Amino acid sequence: MATQETTRVTASGVARSRARAATRGGPQKQGTFTPYLFMLPYMILFGIFVAAPTISAFWISLHNWDYLLPGKPFTGLDNYIDLFSGSGSAGLFWKSMWATAQFTIYSVPPLVIFPLLVAVVLHQKFPGRNFFRAVYFAPYVLGVAVVGILWRYLLDPTVGVINYYLGLIGLPSDIPWTNGLPWAWIGLVGMTVWWTAGFNAVIYLAGLQGIPRDLYEAARVDGASRWQQFRHVTLPGLRPVTLFVVTVTILASANVFGQPYLVTGQSGAPGNATRTAIMYITGEGLGRFRMGSASAMSILLASILAIIGAFNFRLLGRRND
Amino acid sequence: MSGDRARRRGLTRRDFLVAGGGATAGLILASCGSGPEGNPAVSGSTSGGTGAKYEGPNVSLAFWNGFTGGDGPFMKDLVTQFNSETDNIEVKMSVQEWADYYVKVPQAVASGSGPDVGIMHINQLATNAARTVILPLDDVAQTLELQEDDFAPIVWNGGTYNGQRYGIPLDTHPLGFYYNKKLMEQGGLDPESPPATGDDYLAALEDLKSKGIEGHWVSPFLFLGGLQWQSLLWQNGGELYNSEGTAATFNSEQGVAAMTWLVDLVKNGYSPANVGQDADTIAFQNDKNAFNWNGIWMINAFKEIKSLDWGVTQIPQIGSEKAAWASSHNFVIMNKEGQDPNKIDASKVFIKWVIDHSVDWAKAGQVPADNSVRTSQEFTALEEQSAFAEQLPYVHFPPPIPGIGDIDVILETAVSEAVLLKKEPADALNDAASTADETLQENAEKYGTG
Repeated sequence: MATQETTRVTASGVARSRARAATRGGPQKQGTFTPYLFMLPYMILFGIFVAAPTISAFWISLHNWDYLLPGKPFTGLDNYIDLFSGSGSAGLFWKSMWATAQFTIYSVPPLVIFPLLVAVVLHQKFPGRNFFRAVYFAPYVLGVAVVGILWRYLLDPTVGVINYYLGLIGLPSDIPWTNGLPWAWIGLVGMTVWWTAGFNAVIYLAGLQGIPRDLYEAARVDGASRWQQFRHVTLPGLRPVTLFVVTVTILASANVFGQPYLVTGQSGAPGNATRTAIMYITGEGLGRFRMGSASAMSILLASILAIIGAFNFRLLGRRND
Repeated sequence: MSGDRARRRGLTRRDFLVAGGGATAGLILASCGSGPEGNPAVSGSTSGGTGAKYEGPNVSLAFWNGFTGGDGPFMKDLVTQFNSETDNIEVKMSVQEWADYYVKVPQAVASGSGPDVGIMHINQLATNAARTVILPLDDVAQTLELQEDDFAPIVWNGGTYNGQRYGIPLDTHPLGFYYNKKLMEQGGLDPESPPATGDDYLAALEDLKSKGIEGHWVSPFLFLGGLQWQSLLWQNGGELYNSEGTAATFNSEQGVAAMTWLVDLVKNGYSPANVGQDADTIAFQNDKNAFNWNGIWMINAFKEIKSLDWGVTQIPQIGSEKAAWASSHNFVIMNKEGQDPNKIDASKVFIKWVIDHSVDWAKAGQVPADNSVRTSQEFTALEEQSAFAEQLPYVHFPPPIPGIGDIDVILETAVSEAVLLKKEPADALNDAASTADETLQENAEKYGTG
C-alpha cells in the first residue's frame, strides 16, 4: 500500500512538473499514447497484483470455494448474506472487525502525533542529529516476527521484563499485558508505535524540509512565537504529508495481523478479544479452506477501508489548493 | 526454545503464513490449481513394488516435513544414512514450519510440483485425505507387511479415514508429567516419588504453596492448558465430540469438571493468574514452576539446561480412568498429478527403512509407533522416552474427521476465557460448543461426511 501511495505521489509530481515545462518551453509534440505508455509498467503490476486478485476474489466470494474440492457450488450472495445473518460464525467475524476497529482507533492518534513531535525535534540542528534519526528509524527495519517475539517476552505477565521492572520501582508487577483488557491493547499499540513511528517520522521530516525557510522568516518578522510558527506555518505546510501519513497509518492499522498473532496468540487472548479481522479471515481462508466466505469478508473489509480512505481525503485534502 | 515452540504450534495447524498478504497469496494460488481428481494413483494406486527393494531407474524423492526444532537434525541424519545405503534412490529433505507446511503442501501437490513423500500429524490425515492431497496407503501397508499387530492399536487405527489407511505411523508424542526436583525438595516432598493420584497431587501442591511455590502454572492457551484440559476430560470418561463428529460433547459434565479442576488451581493459588504463552514452561526451567504437563518433545530441551534437576513420569490420574493427550507423526505419500509410479515404489522403500530405524528417531524425543522398535533394548534404555511410552495404552487422539483441526482455535478460546477467569467453565465451554457445532456441521456438509 505504501509503495502504491508513493508511486501515486511521485506520478502526480512528475505530471505537474511536465505541465510546467510544457508551458515554459513552448509547444511540444506528444503522441496520443505517450502518457499511457508511461503508465504502462505500473499498470501491468497493478493489473497482476491488485486488479486481477480483486476480481478473482470477488468471483470466489460468490461460491462455496475450496480449491481442492471438485465441487465449487455457485452460491450467489449467500456468503455476504451469511455475514449479516446473526449466526455464531458471523458473530465471531464482527467481533474480529470490532477488534480491528479498536486497534485502529487506539493506534492511529499516537502514530500520527508522536512521529510529528519526533520529526520537529530531529529537524533542529544539534550534534548527533543523524544518529538520533537513525535510532528512531531503526526498529522499522525489523520484521514483524522479530518484533512480535521480542515483545511477547518483554510483555509477558508472569516472566516478562516489563512487569519485573515495574515491580522493582514499587508498581504492580502482575499486569496482564498479553492476556487481559485493556492491557493487551496498550501493549499492542505500544509495540506498534515503537516499531513503526520511525517510518512516519521520516515522512514528516521530508515534509518539514519542504517548507520554505522564508515563511518562517516572515513569521518571525511579524513577531510570531515558536508555537505560532508551528501552528500557522509548520502544520499547514505539512497538510499534504499529514494526509498521506494518516491514510497510510489507518490502512496499516486496519490490516494489523502479526502483532496480535504473535503476542496474544492465534485466538487473540483473552478469549478472542484481540483476534483481528485479518487473523479471522486468514483462518477462514487458509486454515479452514473456506475461501468463498473468506473472500466475502475481505471484500467487505476492503470496501469499508475504501470508504474511510475517501472520507479522509475529503476531510484533509479539501483545503489543499 | 523457539524451534520447539514452532513445533508445538504447528501441531494445531491453525497457524498460517505470518505474512499479512497470506490471504491474498492463497487466493491467487487458489485460482491456479485444479484438484488432482482423476489421478490414476488415487484409485488403483501403486504399481506393486514390494517396499523391501526398489530396482527401477534412479529416482530422486522430495521429502517435506516441519521438523524445525531439535528433531530436525535427527531426521536429517536418517535421510543421509538412507541415501548412503541406497544406490538408486536419493531423498532430498526440505524443512519448513508446520504452519506454512499445511498451507503450502496442498497447493504444491495440486500444482504437481510438491513433495513426493511427507509427514503429517494424525489429526491432519482425514482433512488431507478428504481434500485428496494424500494417497490411500492400504496396499503400501500390505506390501510393507505392516499390520495392526506391529503397532500400538490406537496409533494404527488413528491413521485411517473412511475405511482406508492414509498414514504409516512413525511415532507417538504424548503429554507427560515433568517435575522439578529442586522445587519438590524445597516444598518438603520426595523428589523421587511424584504424586500419582488426584489427592496426592493436590496435597503436594498445598505443601509447595506453604513454601511460597506456585506448583502448577495453568496456561490459558491450547499449548498447554488446552492439552491438559483434554487429558482430564478423557480421564473423567468424557469425549470431545459425538462418534459421527457432527456435534461437540466437550461441554459435558466431564468436560466442565476437567476445566473446573484447572481453574481451581488458579483460584486456590497453586498457579499465578494470567500466565502468558510458554510462561509455564519457562517458569519450570527457571525453578519457579514445580509441575508441568508438557509434551515428550521437551526432553532434549530440558536436558540441555544443566542447572535444571528434573524427572518425568506419567500424567497423574486425577479422574476415574487413566488418559493422556497425544499426537502422532505419520508418513504420507502425496497425490501428485501424473506421478511417476517408480517414485511411489521408492517412497515405500524409504518409509519402510525409516520405520525400521525409528529408534534413532526416538532419540529426538518420540515414542516409536512400531512395537518391535519400542520393545527393543535400545529404546528401553532411553529412560525418559520409556516413561512416556507407558502411557501408550491409554493415550487419546482427536477423531479422524475432516476439518477437525478447525475446532482447536474454538477450544483455545474457551480455555482462555475459563483459565483467565473471564467466564465460568460451564459458560465458556457451552459457548464454544455452540460455535463448534456450527463449524462441525459446515464441515460435514462441505466434505460430505454428515
